[in-house]
Amino acid sequence: MTTLVLEKIWKEYGDQIVLENIDITIESGSFVALVGPSGCGKTTLLKMLLGEERPTSGRILLDGVPLKPEPDWDRGVVFQRYSVFPHLTVLGNVLVGREFEKSRFLGRLFGSRREAAVEDARTLLKSVGLADHENKYPAALSGGMQQRLALAQALMRKPKILLLDEPFGALDPGIRAEVHALMNQLWVEQGITVVMVTHDLSEAFRLGTRVIALERRRNRPEEKERYGATIAHDIAVWPPKKQTKLNGSAIVTATPPILAADASAAVH
Amino acid sequence: MRIINRHPSRGLYVLLASLPFIALAIAYGIGSYQRLSINPADKILPSITQMMTAMSELMFVQDKRTGDYLFWSDTAISLWRLACGMGISIAISLVFGVAAGFIPWIRALVKPFVEAFSLIPPITILPILFILVGLDEASKITLIAIGTAPLMLRAVALAVEEIPHEMIVKAQTLGASTWQMITRVVLPQVLPKLIVATRFALIPAWIFLVSAEAIAAVSGLGYRIFLVRRFLSMDVIIPYVLWITLLAWLMDICLAMLQRRLFPWFQPESKS
Repeated sequence: MTTLVLEKIWKEYGDQIVLENIDITIESGSFVALVGPSGCGKTTLLKMLLGEERPTSGRILLDGVPLKPEPDWDRGVVFQRYSVFPHLTVLGNVLVGREFEKSRFLGRLFGSRREAAVEDARTLLKSVGLADHENKYPAALSGGMQQRLALAQALMRKPKILLLDEPFGALDPGIRAEVHALMNQLWVEQGITVVMVTHDLSEAFRLGTRVIALERRRNRPEEKERYGATIAHDIAVWPPKKQTKLNGSAIVTATPPILAADASAAVH
Repeated sequence: MRIINRHPSRGLYVLLASLPFIALAIAYGIGSYQRLSINPADKILPSITQMMTAMSELMFVQDKRTGDYLFWSDTAISLWRLACGMGISIAISLVFGVAAGFIPWIRALVKPFVEAFSLIPPITILPILFILVGLDEASKITLIAIGTAPLMLRAVALAVEEIPHEMIVKAQTLGASTWQMITRVVLPQVLPKLIVATRFALIPAWIFLVSAEAIAAVSGLGYRIFLVRRFLSMDVIIPYVLWITLLAWLMDICLAMLQRRLFPWFQPESKS
């Protein structure tokens, strides 16, 4: 069980207030989609969750303990680009997390320990549909396949929380729908907790159990600097999606019209 | 059609590529023939046969004083110096380049110093080296290392800094320590670029080698060229220059092949 709590988070760069008064409690197993117009600080918020940036004030607690101020294994991540290592094969990319964990000095596994890790990696590769490509280098994969590989790589390390930074933003629409289905299936089957930053509202509602819209309350040029973005809408997606059940079992992802209108109002 | 949009066919490309070489050879042949027909003892533009005679003496006849086959012993000692110098330079650039590119504290410590150091024209250090380490092998090897290491170190540090930040964050989220990131993420991505840097560094390395040999040595390709210059022996100098060029070219090709074989995943952005 994992609970992520953001307590009164403020972020300022010099005089510029980026985020103000962000209070979120993320329950175990939820899929939170962070949406908002560009420049509203949603990526900054994700960077704080990663540990790349620190809040100016406020605390972030993972299971009641303050986050380490640097990225670590408890928070997995998939970026839009550069999420996999170009010099490792598909299998090597998935294995590497286990190798970092189990082999502190060499960073490589041998013998039976490697075989066990390879078995786990193959299971994951199968679940993301890359079982037939394990000896290829990422350069030989399409964009969608690279992102699926990045997901498998992140899940191999069993992070407490998975952070996604517009992971499907660069994909073609057809491929994106495919990866969405896979993402949903992974979330259902693996029981993971996810925070995803996206600017795509339909993606947010299709995948998320909860959509949080960030917005600047005051946007006039003379006020812009002194007012940061804050939570404008916090929407529980209806009908609720359930984990540990296979995808497709009557999980309707259509967005009720009133919520869609509300959310688009939040963004525009 | 604009000329920038016209591309030669494969055969035409080969012809165009070989044209300057053929033109130079023909021009030399004519010049040599004219000078030799006026004065058969002329030494400035020797004929191919004269060069072959001179070279066969160096290649296949034992030197009376040392018992060596001079051409081959010159080649061996020069390559040895070059290999030692470049080896030191590669080791230094790899250790300090990766550390400086990856660890902010070491970057602060190393980078400004190396940048200042690389501004010193290496050849001006040669007298200092002669005084400090003597006239034998050490001074020549050190000159090559000093001349190429700062260049390569900066290339390696830059290659480390060019690794996308996302990838380093990703490695950390997979639980990697700094050491694990260096060995499993940074080094493998830097090695192909180290080979590129080595190919570039070989050009000044040859210059420093030949200069050092010309100034103080009793053997080596550079020594021989500057020795026979006193007798206007163009029949030795020209083949030696061609030989050095050939060696440099072969090294470059071998390194390029090595890079493709060892790092199939690496595709340099620019055409070679």
